[in-house]
Amino acid sequence: MEALLATAIAVLTACGVFLILRARTFPVLLGLTLLSYAVNLFLFASGRLHLDAPPLIRAGASYTDPLPQALVLTAIVIGFGMTGYLAMLALRALAESGDDHVDAGKDS
Amino acid sequence: MELPLDSSLLLAAIPALAFAGCLLPLLLQRYGRAVAALAAAAVMAGCLGLLLRLTAAALAGQTQIVRLAWLPAWGLDFSLRLDGLGLLFCLLILGIGMLVVLYAAWYLPETDRLGRFYSILLLFMAAMLGVVLAENLLLLLVFWEITSLSSFLLVAYRSDKHESRISARMALAVTGGGGLALFAGILLLGGIVGSYELSVVLDAGARIRSDPLYAPALILILLGAFTKSAQFPFHFWLPNAMAAPTPVSAYLHSATMVKAGVFLLARLYPALGSSDLWFWLVSGTGALTLVYAAAVALFRNDIKGLLAYSTISHLGLITLLFGLDTPLSVIAGIFHIINHAIFKASLFMAAGIVDHECGTRDMRRVNGMFRYMPITATLAIIAAGSMAGVPLLNGFLSKEMFFAETVRYADPISWALPLLATVAGMLAVAYSARFVHDVFFNGEPIDLPRQPHEPARWMRAPIELLVLLCLLVGVLPGWTVAPLLDAAAGATLQGPLPDFHLALWHGFNQPLLMSLLALAGGVLIYTLRQPLFAWHEQLPRMHARTAFERFYRSLSVGARRGVVLLDNGSLQRYAALLFAFVVLLGTWAYVSGPAGGGIRVPGLVADEAAVAALCVLLLGSVGATALYRERLLAVILVSVVGLAVTLTFIRLSAPDLALTQLAVEMGTIILMLLVLYYLPPRSAPKSSAPRLVRDLVLALLAGGGMGLLTLLMLSAPLSSISGFYLQQSVPGGGGANVVNVILVDFRGFDTLGEITVLAMVALASQALLDRLTLQAPAHDADGRRWASDVHPLFLAMLMRPLLPLALTVSIYIFLRGHNVPGGGFVAGLITSVALVLQYLANGIDFAQPRLPQRPAALLALGLLLAAGIGVASWPFGRPFLTSAHGHVHLPLLGDIELATAMVFDLGVYVVVVTVVVTLLSGLGRLSLRAHAGSPGQA
Repeated sequence: MEALLATAIAVLTACGVFLILRARTFPVLLGLTLLSYAVNLFLFASGRLHLDAPPLIRAGASYTDPLPQALVLTAIVIGFGMTGYLAMLALRALAESGDDHVDAGKDS
Repeated sequence: MELPLDSSLLLAAIPALAFAGCLLPLLLQRYGRAVAALAAAAVMAGCLGLLLRLTAAALAGQTQIVRLAWLPAWGLDFSLRLDGLGLLFCLLILGIGMLVVLYAAWYLPETDRLGRFYSILLLFMAAMLGVVLAENLLLLLVFWEITSLSSFLLVAYRSDKHESRISARMALAVTGGGGLALFAGILLLGGIVGSYELSVVLDAGARIRSDPLYAPALILILLGAFTKSAQFPFHFWLPNAMAAPTPVSAYLHSATMVKAGVFLLARLYPALGSSDLWFWLVSGTGALTLVYAAAVALFRNDIKGLLAYSTISHLGLITLLFGLDTPLSVIAGIFHIINHAIFKASLFMAAGIVDHECGTRDMRRVNGMFRYMPITATLAIIAAGSMAGVPLLNGFLSKEMFFAETVRYADPISWALPLLATVAGMLAVAYSARFVHDVFFNGEPIDLPRQPHEPARWMRAPIELLVLLCLLVGVLPGWTVAPLLDAAAGATLQGPLPDFHLALWHGFNQPLLMSLLALAGGVLIYTLRQPLFAWHEQLPRMHARTAFERFYRSLSVGARRGVVLLDNGSLQRYAALLFAFVVLLGTWAYVSGPAGGGIRVPGLVADEAAVAALCVLLLGSVGATALYRERLLAVILVSVVGLAVTLTFIRLSAPDLALTQLAVEMGTIILMLLVLYYLPPRSAPKSSAPRLVRDLVLALLAGGGMGLLTLLMLSAPLSSISGFYLQQSVPGGGGANVVNVILVDFRGFDTLGEITVLAMVALASQALLDRLTLQAPAHDADGRRWASDVHPLFLAMLMRPLLPLALTVSIYIFLRGHNVPGGGFVAGLITSVALVLQYLANGIDFAQPRLPQRPAALLALGLLLAAGIGVASWPFGRPFLTSAHGHVHLPLLGDIELATAMVFDLGVYVVVVTVVVTLLSGLGRLSLRAHAGSPGQA
């Protein structure tokens, strides 16, 4: 299972980085989304992987590490905020330069 | 000695009053110039009054210290000391400060409101008081930097003039750079001694001098002192700073700012002095500056320029005296600090009067002023006599002591030093003679803009007082200045004073002979001035200012080149550099780090479901990357990845994360689709092949690195701090859902920060979309017309009753969040999605008016709820965000653990909903504008 997760993180990172390096705003938006999936999974994995051990206090249960989960939960929401902000930035850039190039107007 | 409570408060109150009083002129300037000036004078008088209460003890040789802990862990205490040296400087700063306040009120144009000027002047004065009263060296440094900054503002007072700005920047660059060196030097010194308190440092002289770091510490500290006191070769900022209004020059460039450097020499003399290095560096710099600046002063045509170089020369003299490194020379240096401050302040003020009445300061045009302003002329002539070292005036006494010291100084330069002193004395007489003769006599004024006459009565009063002091000290030194000088010298030397007495007449001796030689020689030089000036005219010009500007420009050009090399404005290049650097860092850490146990994953067994989820995830992400040009398809594929991630969270015991991810996923996809409506549906031209290869390599390296890192991390043993949270969640936080309790209780402060970031996102997005208009496209990528049908009735009718239902669910999720998966974040997202669905189903025309119109107010409400409940624990004597909880039985919902943290969670909920709705309603308004009149489409 760990190997699978590592593979997932590796592929998500690679795809995210590649898309962030594109010249148009929309792929960058997609790339950032993929990269934040990767980062969230990585942070989450720092609490190690456990099956059937949610951090809900019950009698006689075992628990996974709740702290990375709390961190990742806010990271997910902040990530959404960032995606939203970036989307608005892309629209503004389009309106200002008439183009969706990340460097506003430059063509390469 | 440590002070009793009331006098220690008095001492601390001096800088406190000065700093607090800074704002007074600015606040009162609306009542007129006079009120602003009076306020400034009153603040200084108040400080002086406090100081006088402590004067007796300081004059008696006591050192009064007050200590208030500030950052004791870093050796930084707010500790002040008042001894003889500090007292002397405080009196100079406050006394001359009050005269300058009076003078400036008459000098500065009637149209200036003066509030700003006096406030900055007070700030400068407060910082100077701090410098001379500081007991802690780091504190001294803080005040030192404030003097640099506030003097920058004062020199640039005429900020509309290019010259003022350039000069102010130069002064700041030189003194600020010196301040950095001083900072480093003080840190070294503190490291050697183990304390930054002066009372410890001054007793550790022998230990400091034997330390291997003595030389670098000394050189760095001297750099700070020499730049501030305009010693060669850092002197060039001072003549340029004459662009400042004359009251500023009279204050900063005679008595205070430039004296801070020599003050530092005096203050640290017991710790740093008495070594060969000190002798050569300090006396060498001082001697060079003394002679060089005196020679340059003679050739200046601007009155203030002459005075500025004369100031540099006198500062060189003081530095030289400290460098000679004998108790008597140090005493002479301190005496000259007093005398120079008095006569130079009056000379600057006189120069200001001439400038004010004539409209120019050029000595080639300003002549014969004696006839127009005889009183001012007489005063200025007396002060200039003091500058030249004429008997019966205070300048004569300290110059005589200086000559005596040079004679007393035996090998290795026995004859050279008296000779040099005499030459400098001649030059001083010569430039003083030029000042007197050129300005006040020498024929008629040439082509003046104004008709000169005596200035206003009160504008001259400060000069009268200062010149009176020149005479009193010069004739009756033992009756006037002796006690103060004794106290200051005692505090500087930190030991018994040698036997010396101030007197006008010491009999016929070598120093007197040197004085007479200097007077005669100086007059001779001045009478021979015509050939000298002609010779000077043909010298190659070397403008420090142009050299500085060239240096400055090359520095900024170089810096710009460096920036362009890394960031030429291309995001792609910048991002690529960033990723490459991170990959490099990771590789370096992996190669050089401690050899771990390698990859030994303990291992949950992967089952078919996990493999299947991975395959979906791989297909989705690789597909989206490969097909990113087909944007709609790519969005759909990314959403598939999001779902796979959600499933991963569910499987790996993170139900809260799964709920959040699912809700966020819906919001993200809707947002992307809405944005995509405006953006070009396909990506335009393909990247070049080398670019593609570079990006692929970077992406694969980054991905491989992350994968490796994950495996390494999972192989390492886990040591977590979460045991505490798991144990305390129910008893301490009143909730069984540990993730939620961490968010709203244990780590509530972090969450508060995070929702603040979200609120900022909403506000920034709103600003970005403000008044933005984009053309709504008529066709999609394949040329099909966008549908303009009304919204399907079925969907609309279905969605409207769904809203209350969804709201009920989100309330339920919110309430139970403390104990089972849910909480503010998730509930907020669910509510948002329900609202967004209304948008989609009913259109903007329906939804827009029904949504909150002022998101800023709602964001503020949410943040206030969260922060307010945190503050609410203060009255109970608990720290910020301490929660309380108890059991409540509600009908239908059953037994609920109600905690104050729920109010915090409510704040989170409000912020999340508002952020999402703001993003979407912004897009909605955009769409309304894009279609402008035609039926709205989302």
